[in-house]
Amino acid sequence: MIGRGLAVTIGAMALGGCVQIDTPDKPIEINLNINIKQEIVYRLDGDAKKLIEQNSSIF
Amino acid sequence: MSGNWGMKMMMTKMWKPTGIAMAAVAATTAVALLVPSAMAQRDPAYEAARAAGQVGEQPDGYLGYASPPTAAVRAIVDDINIKRKAAYTSGAPAGSTVEQFAFVTGCNLIAKTKPGEKYKAPDGSWKTRDGGAPVRDSRCP
Repeated sequence: MIGRGLAVTIGAMALGGCVQIDTPDKPIEINLNINIKQEIVYRLDGDAKKLIEQNSSIF
Repeated sequence: MSGNWGMKMMMTKMWKPTGIAMAAVAATTAVALLVPSAMAQRDPAYEAARAAGQVGEQPDGYLGYASPPTAAVRAIVDDINIKRKAAYTSGAPAGSTVEQFAFVTGCNLIAKTKPGEKYKAPDGSWKTRDGGAPVRDSRCP
């Protein structure tokens, strides 16, 4: 029993020692430092569209 | 020349008063048609900088430089960003912050970019808008 446990431990250590680092296939996202809930996003969407329409020279 | 002018005067006199009324209607129509498009128009230098990909839309609702700016481009961007900040500040509805309102507007502005124009993706890289949907923040509506 002890022998088997040791083998498992050694096996786990061997596996653990071999850390594989893969380059992420997706770009790392740097989130905008902004806290906004989804309900606020949807509530502001209409106002944002209106703002763009009414001030189109600056957008 | 002077003969022509005299003829015009005569015709103007003959048109009275219907001529004046019609001219007034025509002028009103022209103003009604011209004013909204004049307001909607971007400064030609700004439009050119967008088309050339020198400036682009950022997820935060402001313009950024997609390539190192000239002094003229920097002046355009600074001017517009100041005006945008003022618009976000006065327009942010109750219960939302200026940054939140700017962010949601930025989502819309990136969605509205035309093919060839630049925008900043959530990973911070500048992308050129193509025929497909732009890469936007996952929180965008």
